[in-house]
Amino acid sequence: MTTLTEAPPPLAPGPAATDEKPPRRRGRLTPYWLLLPGILWLLLFFALPLVYQASTSVQTGSLEEGYKVTWHFATYWDALSAYWPQFMRSVLYAGTATALCLLLGYPLAYLIAFRAGRWRNLILILVIAPFFTSFLIRTLAWKTILADGGPVVGALGSLHLLDVTSTLGITAGDRVLATPLAVVCGLTYNFLPFMILPLYTSLERIDGRLHEAAGDLYAKPFTTFRKVTFPLSMPGVVSGTLLTFIPASGDYVNADLLGSTDTRMVGNVIQTQFLRTLDYPTAAALSFILMAAILLIVTLYIRKSGTEDLV
Amino acid sequence: MTFVRWFKRHLVVIAGLLTLGYLLLPNVVVTVFSFNDPKGRFNYEWQRFSTDAWTDPCGVADLCGSLSLSLRIAAWATLGATVLGTLIAFALVRYRFRARGAVNSLIFLPMAMPEVVMAASLLTLFLNMGVQLGFWTILIAHIMFCLSFVVTAVKARVMSMDPSLEQAAQDLYAGPLQTFLRVTLPIAAPGIAAGALLAFALSFDDFIITNFNAGATVTFPMFVWGSAQRGTPVQINVIGTAMFIVAVLLVLAGMVVGNRRRRHTA
Repeated sequence: MTTLTEAPPPLAPGPAATDEKPPRRRGRLTPYWLLLPGILWLLLFFALPLVYQASTSVQTGSLEEGYKVTWHFATYWDALSAYWPQFMRSVLYAGTATALCLLLGYPLAYLIAFRAGRWRNLILILVIAPFFTSFLIRTLAWKTILADGGPVVGALGSLHLLDVTSTLGITAGDRVLATPLAVVCGLTYNFLPFMILPLYTSLERIDGRLHEAAGDLYAKPFTTFRKVTFPLSMPGVVSGTLLTFIPASGDYVNADLLGSTDTRMVGNVIQTQFLRTLDYPTAAALSFILMAAILLIVTLYIRKSGTEDLV
Repeated sequence: MTFVRWFKRHLVVIAGLLTLGYLLLPNVVVTVFSFNDPKGRFNYEWQRFSTDAWTDPCGVADLCGSLSLSLRIAAWATLGATVLGTLIAFALVRYRFRARGAVNSLIFLPMAMPEVVMAASLLTLFLNMGVQLGFWTILIAHIMFCLSFVVTAVKARVMSMDPSLEQAAQDLYAGPLQTFLRVTLPIAAPGIAAGALLAFALSFDDFIITNFNAGATVTFPMFVWGSAQRGTPVQINVIGTAMFIVAVLLVLAGMVVGNRRRRHTA
């Protein structure tokens, strides 16, 4: 409060100084007052619910008689053994969609960063613009695009690709709708901007002179990409894949609107158990397993890719 | 031969534009089908051109009610999340304090968690507390998940601020409040505006968390979800198209204003 209580200002930031700017201190309590309302909100409505959910997952009982904590961990085992196909499907669909997003998104991010010239802002707006139409309406539009006898089915059919995809089990007969292909297509579509924007941000930071230098050293364009551009865009690749994979693995909208009962993902199960079957312990256990699985995958992935300064 | 070379040189551009087409195709379909006159209850198949839905956008029961509810919730959620998030962002950038790591993780975790997990756990809390689901539970949930995004947006802006500007203000005998209102806040404003815009978009379009915590209240995304089961009125496409046009116009207007301001200051 007074000048006396203030700590000496960090005149020379030593080697221990973090990347944050040297903070100035007015009142000692000021930061806590600033943090209090928001952090309290997160503790009450984000952290506390997780505690309640953990407790619910080990309860037994029924809706009529009420639930009691009985440390019934078997719920986890039962949930996992009953719904492991849905779990595997979530990881598989979300993983495929993430890979497709990277494959489709990279050229567009590259185009915006290096080749768009004065069209750059316009293309960026067009990438973000679909967000302003409700994603449910846009997902429903895929029902028209992929409809039986529609243009996509017709094109795939005349190229005899549907026979191939049917044999692989990603479409069924002469339908695309209500198959894994439709669900993955919807997931890829819905989360593509989450891949493009971080990719663009990290590509845009690359110094153009590095490309020239690579060219001067007789690197072919593809070698330049492989040895210079792609490694430098890794932070974007990592955050893009995370921003795509995490929401995609918990999604149930695409599987519900574009899929069938054979394409149900774990999100669908959690939703049904919670809102229709009203089997709260199983639903809570499932959502806990999903959370743990994702935290595990994300931690391993960040370790492996060696970029921990994402946050 | 020359075509092959041309193709090779422009491969990235072609691939990029194809992806852009993939991203925009559903919006084109939504727009085209807002002029459809469907036979049955579902608007998935093209029949014939009609402007009926455009002249009567509220012609479906509950549609415009759900839309105005969504707008109201988004406005309040934006206000709440922006105020709380800006305070946190300032505390994180400007002060050193204990538990900084814990605060950072608490802000990061909601963004790294599948929505369905947050949705289910929040519902567990409300059920246990015996809270009546509706407007207030939706608002609570929306402020919760928008908060982290606002913090991230504002933090980025405040971190890149030059602290010497504030010192200069204080050297010129501006009090702390005056410095904050006349120097700090205007500089941080673009970050706060970006955070607020993001919060509004996230809240307005949220379905998963809302679906769990809304009870019998119906927001616009929930109306669309319900209509996918009962029958999709053309009016949904009208509103989707109108939202798209308004948003693009707003962004373009913002860019023009920004450019003009930059030219003035230059």
